[in-house]
Amino acid sequence: MTAGTDTAVVRRDGPGLGEAETNARLARSWATPPGLWGWLSTVDHKQVGRRYVVTAFTFFVLAGLLALAMRMQLAGPERTLLSPDRYNQIFTMHGTTMMFLFAVPMMEAFAIYLVPLMVGTRAIAFPRLNAFSYWVYLAGGIMLWVAFILNVGPDVGWFSYVPLAGPQYSPGKRVDFWAQMVTFTEVAALAVAVEIIVTVFKQRAPGMSLNRIPLFVWGQLVTSFMVVFAMPAVMVSSSMLIMDRLIGTHFFNPAEGGDALLWQHLFWFFGHPEVYIIFLPATGFVSSILPTFARRPIFGYTALVLALFATGFLGFGLWVHHMFATGLPHLGNSFYTAASMAIAIPSGIQIFCWIATLWDGRPRFATPLLFVIGFIVVFVLGGLSGIMLASVPLDSQVHDTYFVVAHFHYVLIGGAVFPLFGAFYYWFPKFTGRMLSERVGAWNFGLFFVGFNLAFFPMHILGLIGMPRRVYSYPAGVGWDELNLLATAGAVILAAGVATFVGNVWHSLKHGVSAGDNPWGAGTLEWATSSPPPSYNFTHIPVVTGQEPLWTLPQGLPAQGLPVVGGLRVDQRELLLTTVVDADPDLREPSPEPSIWPLLSALAVTALFIGSIFTPWAVVWGAIPLAVGLIGWFWPKSPPDTPEPVID
Amino acid sequence: MEKAPHFVTDLAHLPTSAHGPRSATWWGTLGFILIEGTGFALAAAAYFYLMGQPETWPPGQAPPDWLWGTAQLILMLASLLPNLWTDRVAHQEDLRKVRVGLVVMSAVGLLTLVVRAFEFGALNCRWDDNAYGSIVWVLLGLHATHLVTDIGDTLVLTALMFTRHVEPRRYTDVTDNCVYWNFVVLAWVPLWGLLYVVPRLV
Repeated sequence: MTAGTDTAVVRRDGPGLGEAETNARLARSWATPPGLWGWLSTVDHKQVGRRYVVTAFTFFVLAGLLALAMRMQLAGPERTLLSPDRYNQIFTMHGTTMMFLFAVPMMEAFAIYLVPLMVGTRAIAFPRLNAFSYWVYLAGGIMLWVAFILNVGPDVGWFSYVPLAGPQYSPGKRVDFWAQMVTFTEVAALAVAVEIIVTVFKQRAPGMSLNRIPLFVWGQLVTSFMVVFAMPAVMVSSSMLIMDRLIGTHFFNPAEGGDALLWQHLFWFFGHPEVYIIFLPATGFVSSILPTFARRPIFGYTALVLALFATGFLGFGLWVHHMFATGLPHLGNSFYTAASMAIAIPSGIQIFCWIATLWDGRPRFATPLLFVIGFIVVFVLGGLSGIMLASVPLDSQVHDTYFVVAHFHYVLIGGAVFPLFGAFYYWFPKFTGRMLSERVGAWNFGLFFVGFNLAFFPMHILGLIGMPRRVYSYPAGVGWDELNLLATAGAVILAAGVATFVGNVWHSLKHGVSAGDNPWGAGTLEWATSSPPPSYNFTHIPVVTGQEPLWTLPQGLPAQGLPVVGGLRVDQRELLLTTVVDADPDLREPSPEPSIWPLLSALAVTALFIGSIFTPWAVVWGAIPLAVGLIGWFWPKSPPDTPEPVID
Repeated sequence: MEKAPHFVTDLAHLPTSAHGPRSATWWGTLGFILIEGTGFALAAAAYFYLMGQPETWPPGQAPPDWLWGTAQLILMLASLLPNLWTDRVAHQEDLRKVRVGLVVMSAVGLLTLVVRAFEFGALNCRWDDNAYGSIVWVLLGLHATHLVTDIGDTLVLTALMFTRHVEPRRYTDVTDNCVYWNFVVLAWVPLWGLLYVVPRLV
């Protein structure tokens, strides 16, 4: 120790340093600086995670309002509320926003906030990259919506099929904004995926061997790997699209040796795994909520983990089932039909394990569990229409009809949004320290469930009787009037359900019942710290002895009774790294301080991406500020880290 | 916090940096290698897909000239030697040798960029000629992007090793950088085959 004055001070957590002193020192080391500067430079995964939640929810509401606008237009025949052009932009913005700006980022948001807490570490891996990912995502979302407001919103559907989306049939910049929005959001998603993988591999608390990882964390881990392998496909394809449009390449131009179907292959190689990228985290919500409210450990832990892996693999073998109507060879179609049916097997295993958990438990029907039950009902219905669509003859009949719209809303809202609302009710106390109202929660669920089914069940029938999707109007007297009106009524009730939720949050943030550390009596580590957690997550890193560490404690012991390890620095940000398989303590590594450079780098990226919509030279000139940003980010701070303190 | 915590172990003895799979950054590097490798694989798949469209391949053009692409291949494979040496001396935390290794790798990197510029000139096609030209330029450009980013990283790291910021963790930065260069080189081998050999086989 060079300074000489502090040699007697123990700067690590351990029996020598009192709890109050440990917390005070950790708070000093891990706090985000106050004020605007601190707000812009924070790298706290909980603050970044909260921002992701709020931003993604805002996009959910915006896209939901677009859906309401479409339902109003379609409430009766030949209505003129929306022009055909505006309608095209609205359905494209609805799908794009829901998939790219709401669903995936929302699932990441929960991972960013919860995974470090659930594995028992002080911070996410690469926290500056995490902050950067948020700013890039936000910039991409704002860019798309500003374009939409300026009447330059994309209008070719959320999957932007060529040749419609190509330079010949979509002049102007609408499609380019869509393609660059993809680049923004995928950069963010890929960064988060790497953070989650490394957090789970290397930062698990001692003792959290593979067979003790919470199922939510398993779900997020498999999802992150799917992101790693799927998202590059959409980045490659959207880059090709923008190059076809901007610099005259011919990837999708059949006249010059290109092929329109190449777009569909690349897009769906991403697009189908995307469904599971949204669904697997939701299964993690379900597998977290169920044991807590059934009051027994999850049934079939190993089977559930294997089902996640099976889904992750099979999810990459399905993409062609989106292309059955394109005239591919029969043998290929048969393979993809088989794979599409096979993926029902791991889903079935999951459903069975969840029902068994409930069956054998002593269920407490709080709001999170209501949403989980709603999920099981709705998702199974969506799965059944999925099995129907996996059959080529049936798919060819109902392709591009409202039957498909009904199916994917049943699987996506059923499979992801129901569990998501359950997750909101379940973890809101951890995020904010206050409970959401249970009474309002029951109304929230009831309106949502009834409204959803009223809105989307009739669409099955509308599709079967021939109503195509993406039409801005329909003639009177073809038998579609009543069902469409019913669907619109359902949509209004669904919206009332969402409004109830927003009201519940608004009220509970100020007036909700104080939650305490573990209001539900749950078993995983995020409940072993205060609500909301301190900047450093845990005073001491816990030692894990089972799948539900808090349930394996001796009866009556509070969460503070967890066995813990000592020896981490408290005067600096330091993490414990453990081995990948057994989570044995291995290394103490520093964790980065707050920094403004991730924001500046994100702004440089934004300038580069938006500039490249207008000129390819933006890639060259934009690289300069980006390089400056990245060098500032990675250059070590001055003075260098203080050397290791001497221990008494 | 009224109750005293139950400490089972003291981890103060653990080291604060390590090379390879023990460190978080190594895994992060591997994650990005997986992402970029997937990008290469998909672009290569697109090449094969487009190959099925026209009658001849390349469609009415000469394949890229051998010279510069093959020079690049030889240069890159040869660069593995100083790269692996740098990796070894970084493990030994030998600052003088690490500096030598990084300077050599920076120079080699800049040289590959020069060769890459000549490669673009010897492709015998433009990106806007046809789909063949488009995919050839994208494949070469995608790899060039990796060259630029890795060389930028190497240059900054080299500068860093001549400042007062040298500490044990810098050596793990060097070894992670070496891992990434190995990836950039190994990615070039199949891409070279795709760009220079495949058009001559069909």
